[in-house]
Amino acid sequence: MSSKSVVALLGSATLAFYSSMAFSSKYNFPEPQSSIAQDIYDQHILALWICLAIFIGVFGVMFYSIVKHRKSVGYKAANFHHSTLVEIVWTTIPLLILVAMAYPATKTVIAMKDTSEADITIKATGYQWMWGYDYLQGEGEGISFYSKLSTPLAQVANKEPKGENYLLEVDNNMVVPVGKKIRVITTANDVLHAWWVPAFGVKQDAIPGFIRDVWFTAERPGIFRGQCAELCGKDHGFMPIVVEVLEQEKYAQWVADKQKASAAVVTTAAVGN
Amino acid sequence: MAVVQDVHGHHDHHPSGIMRWVTTTNHKDIGTMYLWFSFAMFLVGGFLAMGIRAELFMPGIQILEPELFNSFTTLHGLIMVFGAIMPAFVGLANWQVPMMIGAPDMAFARMNNWSFWLLPVAGALLISSFFVPGGAAAGGWTFYPPLSAQGGLGVDMMIFAIHILGASSIMGAINIITTILNMRAPGMTLMKMPMFVWTWLITAYLLVLVMPVLAGTVTMLLTDRHFGTSFFNAAGGGDPVLFQHVFWFFGHPEVYIMILPAFGVVSEIIPTFSRKPLFGYSSMVYATASIAILSCVVWAHHMFTAGMPAVGQLFFMYATMLIAVPTGVKVFNWTATMWRGSMTFETPMLFSIGFVFLFVIGGFSGVVCAIVPIDIQVQDTYYVIAHFHYVLVSGALFAIFAAVYYWLPKWAGRMYDEKLGKMHFWLSMIFFNVAFFVQHFLGLAGMPRRIPDYSLQFADFNMISSIGAFGFGLTQLLFLYIVIKCIRSGEKATDKPWEGGSTLEWTLPSPAPYHSFETPPVIK
Amino acid sequence: MSQGTGHYYVPSPSKWPIVGSSALFFLGFGAAFTMNKIPAGYYMLAIGFAILIYMLFGWFGDVARESENGHYGKLEDKSFRWGMSWFIFSEVMFFAAFFGALYYMRVLSVPWLADAEHDLLWPNFAGGWPTAGPGITEQFTPMGAWGLPAFNTFLLLTSGVTVTLAHWALKQNRREALKMWLLATIALGVLFLGCQIYEYSHAYSDLNLKMSSGAYGSTFFMLTGFHGFHVTLGATMLTVIYFRCAAGHFKPEHHFGFEGVAWYWHFVDVVWLGLFIFVYLL
Ligand code: HEA
Ligand code: HEA
Ligand code: CUA
Ligand SMILES: [Cu+2]
Repeated sequence: MSSKSVVALLGSATLAFYSSMAFSSKYNFPEPQSSIAQDIYDQHILALWICLAIFIGVFGVMFYSIVKHRKSVGYKAANFHHSTLVEIVWTTIPLLILVAMAYPATKTVIAMKDTSEADITIKATGYQWMWGYDYLQGEGEGISFYSKLSTPLAQVANKEPKGENYLLEVDNNMVVPVGKKIRVITTANDVLHAWWVPAFGVKQDAIPGFIRDVWFTAERPGIFRGQCAELCGKDHGFMPIVVEVLEQEKYAQWVADKQKASAAVVTTAAVGN
Repeated sequence: MAVVQDVHGHHDHHPSGIMRWVTTTNHKDIGTMYLWFSFAMFLVGGFLAMGIRAELFMPGIQILEPELFNSFTTLHGLIMVFGAIMPAFVGLANWQVPMMIGAPDMAFARMNNWSFWLLPVAGALLISSFFVPGGAAAGGWTFYPPLSAQGGLGVDMMIFAIHILGASSIMGAINIITTILNMRAPGMTLMKMPMFVWTWLITAYLLVLVMPVLAGTVTMLLTDRHFGTSFFNAAGGGDPVLFQHVFWFFGHPEVYIMILPAFGVVSEIIPTFSRKPLFGYSSMVYATASIAILSCVVWAHHMFTAGMPAVGQLFFMYATMLIAVPTGVKVFNWTATMWRGSMTFETPMLFSIGFVFLFVIGGFSGVVCAIVPIDIQVQDTYYVIAHFHYVLVSGALFAIFAAVYYWLPKWAGRMYDEKLGKMHFWLSMIFFNVAFFVQHFLGLAGMPRRIPDYSLQFADFNMISSIGAFGFGLTQLLFLYIVIKCIRSGEKATDKPWEGGSTLEWTLPSPAPYHSFETPPVIK
Repeated sequence: MSQGTGHYYVPSPSKWPIVGSSALFFLGFGAAFTMNKIPAGYYMLAIGFAILIYMLFGWFGDVARESENGHYGKLEDKSFRWGMSWFIFSEVMFFAAFFGALYYMRVLSVPWLADAEHDLLWPNFAGGWPTAGPGITEQFTPMGAWGLPAFNTFLLLTSGVTVTLAHWALKQNRREALKMWLLATIALGVLFLGCQIYEYSHAYSDLNLKMSSGAYGSTFFMLTGFHGFHVTLGATMLTVIYFRCAAGHFKPEHHFGFEGVAWYWHFVDVVWLGLFIFVYLL
């Protein structure tokens, strides 16, 4: 009974592991859009290969033994139960492998923490349940708006067909220029949230009363989507993050438009008084 | 009355009917109650999981409103961890530890009873909180504040449930430690103890170390909620992240509390069915101890996205990765035990091999999580869900199944149905992987955990996962049937049904007598 | 370690555990309801406490009787020692959680909240200790160390000595001295509690120091409060021991009940020293 099915299982598991690397995005991280995200992607692939190799090594031996050293084929048990040499070897080798995995990771961690000399600083504030963005420094300084899920409730309640970006669309995108170092300061108004955009390899909890920061530099224009990644109550699943990366000129245009609009708001308010 | 006249303390007079179970001081009765309680909680927790998977079967909100969904997730986690897995292992310890060390009973037999009877109280608090105004706690099984400061009565009921569970665990752990240290048969030195006993000794130490910290944590949460303190509130100089530190100081050792006894079980079963002694016994002991010690200094790997200084992240990353080394030693030792053995593959052995196979996958995904940059991506996604179901379901739970099949003949005096047992194994194995393997992909592709609804790109894997989960759930009813069938009408078991069994319990009759070792056996 | 001989005393079936569990059933639900202002909660709490006290009397009564009837030999004695040691260890860890919180707030979170980066959120917060935190404006005066707290330290340290004198007396079978020193210990404990109650009312009425006084108030009341609770427990246990002594229990060579309580009392003592240093002095 079991030997064939076990081998088949091993085979399919291996295949699944392998295929997870062959196909992209649906099985793996989204395509990296920043150098940090690229590092993460590569380290993950490296870790996967290492694990796969160890897996095949260990279970190759085990399943060989399962097939050959069974009572039903008349195999008689040996009686060894100890070998200091072997123990030392299989303690040391994993240690070395781990060092090999930790080394690149250490470099990335240090790079991730370096939020100095940013071109633009944006504060992202988590609310139950939306994000608030305040452009604190750099081009666009002073811009400030909320960003809320724009998917109609009817889609969630299955009363309307779901659109392409179901649950990943907002009324006001956060907009940044391409190729600039963006520092995002996170904080929150009520409970914990987390600001997460997978394509940039950025995820940072937003903690009420405290400040945290992260950075990224987008390499290409485009629209990149993420979600709140810390349970924040009822609508935790419904507060996406959308970052729109624009060419420099278009970004300048966007800033100008925004500032005009907010000036208009201020004037009308003044007139209203 | 309760005053005892019996000088020897050994007699078979006990009340009958329900009062036998309510008042018992017998480790076997108590072990049995633990195991049944744990199975009942497994059904409740499983029911909640089925609710989760049903809601996630398709995009859109179908059956669980978001708040209720969060309660389902929260209580699923709490009930499975505290109600199903931990009591099951304590139940196994109650049955097996006295028998395996040649003791008459547990050291504190009356307190042992209390440890058990606290559990239904806590279970009642948790389950009934679904029906109070405001509903059950919905802040995740980790109940991070400030979110958990927002809930209503349900959160307080959870807090007191945790207090009571903690008291139960601490008493249980003290009992086990004392039994093992003080009641071994003559000649049973520490380094001759069966591995299961060793792993439980170390687990019990972890329990007395961390359960009180959990009690302190929920107490601070309680006073923050009702008495105006500011432990987790920045306005008062506290910090929500402080909660995470104290919680995970408990929480990480907790996950090893759920896996070390599983290691012990597997270390008993593999040698038995390989008909060969355990390879590297003493390195197994040292590895277990190293895992326990290391587990106390890795907690912040659950907090890599909370934001801490780089040195902190690096320290916790290195320490966490280091745990792979002693765990690897265990896996290699098991492999070496099987190597050139004379193996047979009865159900306990199948579950043990399944355990090693799938636990290693879960361990690998753990190491992937431990690497800070990667964890930044996968934290709070389904990748983590996949990781810990591999170590908890196909780890802890599979080991519990293995243990039950292994020792059922001794407990019930009857054999289970081998064919059905194998079927239980293979169905569990297949459905488990269908349910949880795809969750790795979901997580990598960016599906956050604890959400009742998701974007369309995750639809097909979620459907596959749900189908696997339903299949896995139904399969567990088969287990119930097998156990009942065994107890009622299984074939009579011999004293030593497994040819390779070498521990003390196999020298006792099957079923084991009410008092195991009236006079201690002598171990050479 | 392993024991050579015979029998270990296994008590026969007992109703006390289930009585205790029903007490906790009422206490658990009662406390949760009370905190949410549901009237039934108060009754449940009362019932719970009543059952708990009944259970404690019954259970410890059984243990005392078993002990006096000679059911507990060397082996059982050793079990009690292991059991009590690990129980006290678990209590240490319980306090460790609160000391950890104190450390974290003083050394980490308060300075963080006061650093330049957090000017964005808390522009006027200077940090320092003691503090109520950046968002709580109500002022308070911290508790000084050299008044009542120092006297309390003296009381508890002395009580550590008296309980040891009682122990010596017991070992030498001087029963009158035993009872006297025990009484002295209990009196010191009760006096300590009295001072602490006074100190609390002083804090609330004169210093405006409350549980809601931010980081300082939270840690101050949590640590001293749980300590006081443990002193109460210890004093109660000492009282029970006193009555057992008065009833002629315990022998010079066999008196773990006494020793266990003495250990507990020393533990409460040591925790106080930690408190005195980290909460009051520094
Ligand atoms: C039984 C329970 C159990 C066990 C045993 C483990 C084991 C491990 N876990 Fe897991 N973990 C959980 C239960 C468990 N975990 C739970 C419940 C959570 C989520 C909690 C929540 O947020 O709700 C979690 C989350 C979790 C996280 C946080 C993820 C996140 O939220 O972002 C991390 C990160 O480091 C982690 C790491 C590890 C590691 C490194 C191990 C290691 O111990 C694994 C070691 C084993 C092996 C590595 C395999 C065998 C070894 C070899 C064959 C040797 C050679 C190997 C190499 C050289 C790599 N776990
Ligand atoms: C400790 C052990 C443990 C165990 C055994 C399980 C078992 C299962 N878990 Fe869970 N799980 C956790 C611990 C555990 N889990 C934890 C700690 C969390 C985190 C919670 C949090 O985020 O706060 C979690 C979260 C979690 C999630 C994520 C929820 C979310 O983020 O929103 C999911 C989703 O798929 C899930 C699924 C399952 C399934 C399908 C099973 C199955 O294995 C269950 C199978 C068992 C049964 C089904 C019961 C028996 C059968 C019946 C009762 C008959 C009825 C059957 C049918 C109707 C088919 N679990
Ligand atoms: Cu905001 Cu989750
Ligand atoms: Cu962990």
